[in-house]
Amino acid sequence: MDVFSDPANRDVYVTGFLWILKLTLASSAGALVLGTVLAAMRVSPVPVLRGFGTAWVNIFRNTPLTLIVFFCYFGLFSVLGFTTSDNLELNNYWLGVVGLSVYTAAFVCEAIRSGINTVPAGQAEAARAIGMSFRQTLTMIVLPQAGRAVIAPLGSIFIALAKNATIVGTIGLMESSNAMKDLINANGNAVFTIFFVFAGTFAVVLIPTGYGFGWLANRLAVKR
Amino acid sequence: MRITRLAATFGAMTMLFAAAACGGDDSDNAGGSGSSGGGSGIVGKASGGKLTFGVKADQPGLGLQTGSTYTGFDIEISKIIAKGLGVPESGITWKTTVSANREAYIQQGQVDVVVATYTINDERKQKVNFAGPYYVAGQDLLVPVSSTIAGPEALAGKKVCSVSGSTPAKKIQTDYKQAQLQQFDSYSKCVTALAGGQVDAVTTDDIILAGYAAQEQYAGKFKVVGKPFSTEPYGIGVKKDDTEGCNKINEILKAAATDGSYKKAWDDTLGKSGTPAPELDTSKLTNCS
Repeated sequence: MDVFSDPANRDVYVTGFLWILKLTLASSAGALVLGTVLAAMRVSPVPVLRGFGTAWVNIFRNTPLTLIVFFCYFGLFSVLGFTTSDNLELNNYWLGVVGLSVYTAAFVCEAIRSGINTVPAGQAEAARAIGMSFRQTLTMIVLPQAGRAVIAPLGSIFIALAKNATIVGTIGLMESSNAMKDLINANGNAVFTIFFVFAGTFAVVLIPTGYGFGWLANRLAVKR
Repeated sequence: MRITRLAATFGAMTMLFAAAACGGDDSDNAGGSGSSGGGSGIVGKASGGKLTFGVKADQPGLGLQTGSTYTGFDIEISKIIAKGLGVPESGITWKTTVSANREAYIQQGQVDVVVATYTINDERKQKVNFAGPYYVAGQDLLVPVSSTIAGPEALAGKKVCSVSGSTPAKKIQTDYKQAQLQQFDSYSKCVTALAGGQVDAVTTDDIILAGYAAQEQYAGKFKVVGKPFSTEPYGIGVKKDDTEGCNKINEILKAAATDGSYKKAWDDTLGKSGTPAPELDTSKLTNCS
């Protein structure tokens, strides 16, 4: 453990996980919003929107995340000149958030769509019968019930997202996997300690998160 | 094709096992034979006619992999060492290493010798044994031809790219804190980013940069600033306890400096850019302890 008693090393470790935390929070917010919109598109009566939603899900769900993040840097930023900040680290961070969000949104969309299927057809029919529009039906009747049905799968998606966030390291953000590489490179004698501390940190944070989502899912489930 | 390759692999594996077994036997009755000694060192291994060299795969002029062949100065140096140890060129197995895994590869025995722009320093000396140096490089900057950056002092506020976990990256972090450091896992990505204008400079050892500047697709676009701000003696890494192998490599280097094979290795690779071969200073070789 003496590797981590050096304040400089501890700093690398803490910054690494702070980046992961920030990436996860920002991307899960982005993915949730985007995913819900996509799910709404996929059940909408407009064929173009349905097609767009389907295409999005199929493209991003089936592309390796490494490639998406890589494209965000060398495509979006390098070629298309999409810049989010003049600060190098922040720019990489936001590029990473974009990549993680569009990727995770595909999974969120599918989870929510499966939630929509759990809402009995009679609910939507009743809403139509009292004169609600598609938008009203979706936002006031269907989505609230669907969302509550898919808390647990969403939890899994966000846990996966937290781990996927390490991939942003490929475009140079000093997140935990890069921090680990750095420490291992400088302390070859303590490879296992470093490895277990980093892997352990993920486990220690994510296992309770998983139980938390399970508890929440139980509490919010629609009793039928 | 497939079958022959498979057969070759099996053949190589069997021979490796055989060599390992021989080495074991040697050390078992070492008292009797009294020949080259320990079977675990590279000298013992080389007697089996096979050696694995860890080299870089993405550094033009030094260690560059194209298809399944490797070319560069490090590769030529490896061949000289192999020859000196009595290993034919066909007995050399090349293995790609990156900056972060060189110590681990030596310690685990995945490679026998590392010739991969490997700077000798005290931290690394605790884990591996260094022969050499066979070349002394210095950290420098690669910038676009039109750039005004004239040295490391001009880096404040600029974006500098290097490989994560490497010595040059660390140097920027500690000595030039005002520079923004972009880290990638390979220099090729850094050079791509430099070509695209996302970073203002790429930093690492001057001869690596010279290799990139001389690459065809970047000809005339980049220049090396030419003000080295560190000394990076390139060593040849072997296992920590392999003093015998280390001494042997130093002897081979001494011989190579006088018989012209060192100069030829340079002229065939990095020398193509017009830089004359450096003098290999044999008085500076490590003492291998």
